[in-house]
Order: sequence, then C-alpha cells, then structure tokens
Amino acid sequence: MSRAERAPGKTASGRPGGRGWRKRIPLLSPALVFILIFGIGGLLYRNLFSLRVLANLFTDNAFLGIAAVGMTFVIISGGIDLSVGAVISTSAMIIAVLDQAGAGPLLGIPAALAFGALLGFLMGCVIHFFRAHPFIVTLSGMFLARGLGYLLSWQSVPIEHEFFSVASQIGIPMGENLKLSVPALMFIAVVLVGAFLQRRTRYGRNVYAIGGNEQSAFLMGLPVGRTKLLIYTVSGLLSAIGGVVLTFYTLSGYGNAAFGLELDTIASVVIGGTLLSGGVGSVVGTLIGVLILGLIQTFIAFQGTLNMYWTKIFIGAMLFAFILLQKAFSLSAAARRK
Amino acid sequence: MPNPEILRLAGITKSFPGVLALSGVDFTLQQGEIHALMGENGAGKSTLIKVLTGVYKRDAGRIEYRGVPVEVHSPLQAQDLGISTVYQEVNLVPNLSVAENLFLGRQPMSAGQIAWKAINERALEILARFDLDLDVRENLGGYTLAIQQMVAIARALELNARVLILDEPTSSLNVEEVDKLFLQMRRLKSEGQAIIFITHFVDQVFQISDRITVLRNGGYIGTYPTAEITKVELISKLLGREYEKLSELAVARPREDAGREGAFLRTEALGRKASIKPFSIQVRRGEVVGCAGLLGSGRSELASLLFGIQSADSGRLLVDERAVRLGNPRKAMRLGIGLSPEDRKAQGLIQDLSVRENIILALQVRQGWLRNLGSRQQKEIAERYIRLLDIKTPSSEQLTRNLSGGNQQKVIIARWLASAPRFLILDEPTRGIDVGAKTEIQKLIVQLARDGLAVLFISSEIEEIARCSGTVLVLHNREVVETLRGQDIEDRVIMNAIAERHLEGSPDA
Amino acid sequence: MLEQSPVAAGRSRRGVNPLAWPLLALAIILLFNLIVTPDFFSVSVKDGHLFGSLIDILKRASPTLIIALGMTLVIATGGIDISVGSVAAIAGSVAALLVRGSNIAYLKEAAHASAPLLPVFAFALLAAAACGLFNGSLVSLVGIQPIVATLILMITGRGVAVLLTNGYVLNFDHPRFESVGIGYLLGLPFPFLLAIGVFLILLLFTRFTPLGLFIQSIGGNSVASVYSGISARTVKALVYLVSGLCAGAAGVIMTADVKAADANYMGLWLELDAILAVVIGGTNMAGGRYSLWGTIVGALIIQSLTTTILTRGVQVQYTLIVKAVVVIFVILIQSERTRELLRRLRGGRLPEAGAS
Repeated sequence: MSRAERAPGKTASGRPGGRGWRKRIPLLSPALVFILIFGIGGLLYRNLFSLRVLANLFTDNAFLGIAAVGMTFVIISGGIDLSVGAVISTSAMIIAVLDQAGAGPLLGIPAALAFGALLGFLMGCVIHFFRAHPFIVTLSGMFLARGLGYLLSWQSVPIEHEFFSVASQIGIPMGENLKLSVPALMFIAVVLVGAFLQRRTRYGRNVYAIGGNEQSAFLMGLPVGRTKLLIYTVSGLLSAIGGVVLTFYTLSGYGNAAFGLELDTIASVVIGGTLLSGGVGSVVGTLIGVLILGLIQTFIAFQGTLNMYWTKIFIGAMLFAFILLQKAFSLSAAARRK
Repeated sequence: MPNPEILRLAGITKSFPGVLALSGVDFTLQQGEIHALMGENGAGKSTLIKVLTGVYKRDAGRIEYRGVPVEVHSPLQAQDLGISTVYQEVNLVPNLSVAENLFLGRQPMSAGQIAWKAINERALEILARFDLDLDVRENLGGYTLAIQQMVAIARALELNARVLILDEPTSSLNVEEVDKLFLQMRRLKSEGQAIIFITHFVDQVFQISDRITVLRNGGYIGTYPTAEITKVELISKLLGREYEKLSELAVARPREDAGREGAFLRTEALGRKASIKPFSIQVRRGEVVGCAGLLGSGRSELASLLFGIQSADSGRLLVDERAVRLGNPRKAMRLGIGLSPEDRKAQGLIQDLSVRENIILALQVRQGWLRNLGSRQQKEIAERYIRLLDIKTPSSEQLTRNLSGGNQQKVIIARWLASAPRFLILDEPTRGIDVGAKTEIQKLIVQLARDGLAVLFISSEIEEIARCSGTVLVLHNREVVETLRGQDIEDRVIMNAIAERHLEGSPDA
Repeated sequence: MLEQSPVAAGRSRRGVNPLAWPLLALAIILLFNLIVTPDFFSVSVKDGHLFGSLIDILKRASPTLIIALGMTLVIATGGIDISVGSVAAIAGSVAALLVRGSNIAYLKEAAHASAPLLPVFAFALLAAAACGLFNGSLVSLVGIQPIVATLILMITGRGVAVLLTNGYVLNFDHPRFESVGIGYLLGLPFPFLLAIGVFLILLLFTRFTPLGLFIQSIGGNSVASVYSGISARTVKALVYLVSGLCAGAAGVIMTADVKAADANYMGLWLELDAILAVVIGGTNMAGGRYSLWGTIVGALIIQSLTTTILTRGVQVQYTLIVKAVVVIFVILIQSERTRELLRRLRGGRLPEAGAS
C-alpha cells in the first residue's frame, strides 16, 4: 500500500494510536482554554480555584447549557435557532401563569415542554418544506414566543408551588456545604443524553451528515426531512427545559427573561468547537464552552472593579479568536490536501 | 455463451424548455461487462444517467431492468433496485469517518446503540477487498479523491448494486490511481458485476472497456465492441460532423495574409504546474488562432493563464513585446484581453440581470468607477450589439436567464466586444447552440479578425476550427503538441494530430 | 444538444413589478386603519409642523429605515450584517459622551450642555465607520462568513458601548442636539428627512456610479463577476462600511430622540427589524437584485403595523406576534416551493431543472 494513500501524520500500519490527534483539536482547544482561565483565575484569586465555584458554574449556567445542547445539534446540521432565549422565557412564564391559576407543576411543566416542542416543530416545517432560511424563520419564532410571553403577562409573575422552591434547594451533597443542585444535575443529564445521541444513534450521525453535505446525505438515502424536523423540535424542547430550570432559581416568570440568551448560546457552541458552517462539533465541547462563559463572568465578579460589561467584550474577543483559529485550520487543511 | 442482459434502454428522449437533450438513445448493459459511455460536453451522457436513475423523467422510450420494464422515480428507488451511481463529486460526507461513510444510514446496532467496533472491523474487511489499508476512523475528507472514490464504490457495492455507474471517475486521478481503479474494476467484472463507465478519456476506454457507446449532441451515434473499433474511428465519431449542411454553409476562410500586422501577445514557456505544461505561442492581430483537442487536454487552462484567472508559475507572457504578470482578470482587461468562458451559466452570465446589464458589464469595469455609463448610453450600446449579433430578445431589459443558449452566448460575446478588446478568447462559444446561431458566431469570429482583433478560438468541433482559423494549436494531455498553419488546416489533419498522440501511447492516460 | 426555438421560461411572465406586493400590503394596513380610526389620516399643523398618526409613523420608522437601507446593499451582495444594533449603541454612546462634555462625562446628573455639534457627529460616525470597516475586512479579506463575522461585533460591540458609558444611562440636555431626534424641518420630522437624505445619497451613489451594478453582479453570480473584472473585495468591504455608517446615523438619532444613551438597550434587536424591512421590501436574502424603494415600503409596513396595534389600544405585546405572522407570510409568499405548489394546484407540470 502506498503511504500516499493515508492522511498525513499516520503510522505505517494506519492503526489507532498516534492517530487523529488533529481530529481532537476542536475539543482540545476549548478544554485548554478552560483550564487556562481556571488556572490563572486560581492564581489570582485563591477562592476561585475551588470545587464550589465549579459546582456553581454548573448550577448558574444550567439553563443556558441545556438550551445550548439543543443549539449544538441545530448548528451542526448547518442551521441556526434564534428563538432560544424567547422560548426559555416564555416556558417559564407558562409555568408561572399556570401556577397562579392553581395548576401545579404536573400541568405546568408538560405544558411548557409542549410549547417549546411545538414551536420548534413548526419552525422546522417551514424551514424544511419551504426551504426557507433558518435565520429568518427562527427569528420570527423568537418574536412569536416573546410576544406570547408578554401576552401571558406583562409583569413578573411569582411561582408559589412548593415543588419549585424545594427543587431549587435540594441537591446531592458533595462534601462540606456543597450540593450538586437539581439544575446542575439536569444540565449534566442533558449533556450525557446529547452526547449519547450524537455518538451512538443513527439520528445523531445523520445530523452530522446533513451538516457535512445535505445534498450527499439525501442521495445516500438518509431521512433528511425527518431529521431536520427532529432537530428543531428537540431544540425547542430543550429550550423549554431550560425555562423549567430557570423557574427553579427565579421562582417566577418574567417576559424579559433570558434576553439575548441566544447570542450567549451561539457563542458557547462556537467556543466549544462547533463550526457555524456545520458538520463538526460536539455536545461535550458545548459544555466546555458554557463553562468558559460562566467562568469569565465569575472571574469578573471576583475581580470586583471591572464592570460586568467586560464579560461581553471578553466573550466577543474569545469568539473572534476561535473563529480566526477555525479559519486558519480550514485553510491549512485545504492546502495540505492539495 | 453471451452474458445475460441486465439493462436495456430503448429510444430514450428527453427535452427541457428550448433544448432537446436526448433524442432516441439506445443503450444496453450485460452482466460482467464494462461498458463505456462517451461524448463531449453537452452530448447527453449525464442526462441519460439521470433519466436512468430517476433524477429526470423521460419523455419517451423504455427502460428494462433484469428483463422487466421499470419506472424509476427517484435516486433512492434506483439505489434500492440495485442501480448505484458514483458521481464525480463523490457524494459522500467528508466530515465523517471512512467506516461511517460506508455504513451511513444502515449502521449495525447492538443493544440500541451504534456498534462502532463492528463498523470499524467490517469496514476494514470491505476495504481489504479493494486492497486498501486505511485508518477507517479518520475523516473521509482527509484522504485523496482517489481513495474517496474507492470508498464510494465500496459503499455502492455494499448496497447490493447490480449496476454500478461510474461518472467520470478518472478525471482527477493520476496514473497509479487510475491503474488501481482499473484493477478493482476488472476484479468486479470477473465477479459478474455490470459497470457503466462514463468518461471522455479515449485511451482509458481502450484499456478497460468491452463496448463503447457514443453520444453526440443528444443523438445516439452507435455502440461498438472495443476490439472492433480503432482510436481514430472513435475520435471521429466523437468529434465528427453533426450535419452535412454545416459543412456546406459558406463561411469565408480567413485571409491568407491574416496576422501580418504583428504579434499582439506572445508566450515563452508559460506554464502552470498540474494545469498546463509550458507553452510558447503567439497570437497576432487580425488572426484567428484555433485551439483543438479533446476534453481534458488543457484548452481552458491555457485560456485561464492568458486571462489572469490563474497565475503562471513558469515562463513569461508578453503583450506588445512587454512582459506582464497577470494576477487577475482586471489586469488582463486593462491590456485589452477578454475571455468568454466555457461554462456560460456558471462563469459567464449573471442570470438575474438584464441583457443590457450583462452586455455593458465589462465595459463599465474598464471605464472604472468615475466614468459611469448612464442608462441611456447603456441602452444604446446594448441595442447596438443586439442588432449587430442578431440577439433574439424582446427587449434589452429581458432577463438573460430567459434567453436560449445561443442568444446567451451572444450576450457574453457582446459583453466583450463592447469593451473594445484587442484580443478575445472564446472558449467553446458554439457549444449547445443550434446550427443557425453556430454559423453566425463563426462568421462573426472571422469578421472580428478581419477588423483587426486577435482571436483565440477554443472548440471541440474540429470542422469549425478548421473553417475559421489561420493557425491551429493542437492540445493533448495538457500540452500544446502541435501547431498547424495554412494548408495544413483541415479537419482530417487536425483529427489525426490528436489521434496520433493517443496512438503513440503517451504515458499519461 | 439540439435546440428548438427560444422559449421564455416561466419567470419573465411575472411582469408584475416586484414592488407591487409590499405596496399592496402597506395599502391594506393603512386602509384598515382608515376604516377603524377615522382620523388616522388626518394631518394637522401644530406648533409650526405637521402632526398626526401618519407623521408619527414616519418619524418612528426612521432609525430602522436608515439601518435597513444600508442593510439592503449588504444583503444584495449575498451577505448580512447583524452587528448594526450594537454599532448604533456605540455611536449613540459616543455622541452622548461628547455632548455632555468631558468634564462631566460620567456624572449621573443630566448635563446642561452646549457643546459644538460637529465633533459630536463626526466622532460618532467615525466610530461607526470603524466598526463597518472591521466587518468589511473580516468578510472580504479574511473570508469569514458574514453572519459569523458580524456576530463578533454584535456581541463585543454592545460591551464596548456599555464600557464607553461606564454602565450609566447618560442623559443630557442639549436643545440643538436633541432637535436631531425630535425636531422638525419643513414641517416634517427631522429623523425622517435624514432617512430620506440617506436614501437619496445611496440611490444616487448606486445609480451614478457603477456600484449598484457591481453589487447586483456579485450577489447574482460572484464567479462571473470576477471573470468580468469586478473587484469583489472592494465592493464587499464598501457595503459593510456603508452599513456601519447607517447604523451610526441611526444611533445618533435615537440618542437625540430620548435625550439619553442607554448602551444596554439602545438598538437592541434593531438588526432584526432592519432585515425584515429589507426582506419584506422584496430584496432576496440570497443576493442579487435589490430595491431601496422596497426597503422604504418594508420599514413603513413594520412601523405602521406597530402603530396600528397601538392606536387600536391593543396591547403592545401583540406587536411581536403580528410581526412574526407577517414575516412568515412573506417567507411563504417568496418561497419557490409555494409557487411550485400553486402551479401544481393549477394543474401545470413542474418545470424541471434544465440540463447542465
């Protein structure tokens, strides 16, 4: 066998071991960045480098993270979902309003989930059957969801059922004074399920195929339509779950909640190594991206003097760096192939 | 004992608005056979395959598969029937692994999960049959096109393809890769597989195929056992005259003293690696230089070096005896060079713009940002060329996407004429155009030269090159192999020059 | 391939002016208003200027309109600019800072100021231009996808704007500057005249130079454009610069209008309204033909929808829902698929893609 056949950087037998470290880069770089920031932060502020901070990262960013898992699938397939923040907010509002009306979580939560899933499904239909641009369709989805939220109530609506306050307090104990809260557990669970779907199910692999080359995927006989509908429906569902998690901390529904969250979601997905052009990415990467975002915020809070707006600037700068890096990699890969 | 027939197409006809793509084409395929389907661009090969695989619906004709008439509605159905196509673009997914591409959509599962270990192991087994030892976990995109094609073939076979269609599989392969591919094809043939091999490479067809079917301009020319036809005969069938009429139409020959006025452009061993070997030519004012050769011989590559679309990595280009480096088309335009590209839809026309806008485009670019052409001026210019070239359009505001091919081509030529070039390169200007328009364009080319323009005329149709040119460059395998002048310019001579190269058995297929 | 006589394929049969649909939609909205609110169309003269619901629509539509005009050109080249809201915030913040004057820049009290206006406008627009150039270079030089490139500034820009204002809402009291937002000229609201001015500038610039032609070429077929010698890089960089400047102008207007700069909320989601206005106005998101007139109609539609809802006493919550429905409606109408379905219903045969 001629060596020229094999991709560069491989062992003679072409077997695993020394193989494909290049493939791992999308995942390694965010992990490295996270460790870097955590490390530097730990050096600067002794209290930062602690399990408590880590656990809080999971708890505080759970709603963002859960929605980001859904967004990961959407972006890998080559699309985008701008309705995320709106769905989170309106799902929380639905729960709050139903709670006010006396219906407990047994009605409220399924209603919220149904809302998210239904909206996602409808958007998916328009995107696929009418071949419309996901940007515009999910944009209107965002308007629709926000509008419904404001319609339900213009003001903040408190949630009184004990289920929610209990859920916000319990958790799995992890050493002195530390608990892994319900939101954090849900976040981790969603990530695990997402990772399983991505790696171990045909649906997950089809998502990658569609993102890689939709035309080829179609010609190869993959169920493109069904998969795309599922992707948007699941994204809506996960955003709704994010909304449920939100109610655990805020114990209320508020029309303006999660404003601009879609941007943070997209940023975490991209920083986590998923390409906005589709075909490459992972849920685990997104997890790291979410943690990085959370860490930056924590860092700034610890700093004390810097204003919170620096968060946006850092996130933007990081996004910029990652995008340039992605571009540089794709250019060098193309050159290598020639 | 003759092998049983597995596929029979009879009288296939297919037309699109304004274009008759296939007319009464027959085609049969037997098990254990490699059947080559040949024809120049626009001959109808890909249309035929798309009709067979359900991408298009035929207007007339019959398809019989394994002795039974069938209606194929979609590529998926074709695949299920056992008719699989491996396209030139290798329709696989480059961001997933080799093993995965083999099994995408049908991954073996165990306990509700994808069984990766099984996939990787089976992939290795399958590829071993093709003599490939790859890391099947690596992304497909990291491998060469030759390997990707082989994987695509392996996938098709795994899907139980009984008829394997290979669409231009060797276009991007080097000699060793072609040999490997042919080795596998012969193995498959010996196992009884039926293969349709679409290609434009004459030598390869003689190396590997059992029978050859030739299409030309949508028409069925014939099917010939490879052993019973010579290369020259084949080439003449590919490029031969389409109508008796055409040869009778009088197109004045270029003046004998054409090009007396001196060279406009000269090249000294100008070349580009992997694109075209260094060539030294000259194009004189008032002369038509024809460029003949089969598909893939490098004609468009030559043109792209002269127009700055690609930059040369060796040799020099001299315009008016001054050396120039053309990095982009704008520079070429400033020197007075224009190019009407080969693919008028993808590279030439801006379909959503009007005839007027398309025509004045190059001129406007040449004028620059400060000298804008007002709409009245634009209209005048457009109408002048519409009249001059007899472009059939209801008005200059008509969108170019609505014109017929011939008129679209005229619009592109008009665009360049409007920019008053000194050297015009025309790449396949008469492809896919009806006879009448063809003659008009040929007459135009000769007239332009008489008016002092230098012209490079690239075409697959030998007789029109012979009719219009004062000098003919013969290209073969990305190299200018011969230059013919004066009395030597005759169809037969050109044809022979091309065929001879094939006979000489030049090392690269 | 043999050719038969030239046949005009379906598309030119729709000789209807593409501007017709959005105009019709606008007319319907206005008509609806006329029926239910009898004095909707009434325009009176008060305090030396025109006054009425229609005038209100014109004024409120102006920031979105200005941004949408710049956006039209960007979309026509096949790109998109989602950073405009943040750029508006930056420009507005710069303007507010300068209006207040450097010695009281960060104090919380409203500053009674009379700073010279020219530097205010100049620096605000300069900041916006810098943002536009940043986007332009990412897209044309580095070759990053427009949505990704402008996403960076969308996120970072807002942070920068808040940084400039140090998180405060900077209010001021500067009558001459405020008149940019709330003043009237020739009886019409100044912002609207500014929008018309921008429209005229862009119209003239794209008609009297080859820019309009080049933009449509690049959006229509960028390969063919390059083969014709057009410098795609220059054109693309230019349209993002223009888009940035438009965002800057809008930011200045909005700041002047409310006499304050709130960097957190100024221009939030304005890019979305702008894109909607462009799309409703008939410009294709894929690039190519564009219509500045269409964008004007689109922006007016969006604003009149909002105003209609408010005048009817319907709660503002419905605005978003109505916008969503309108957008979906427009998408469906513009979609190729809808045309196919309609044709199928009418019984014709589907035209297939032509042979290559």
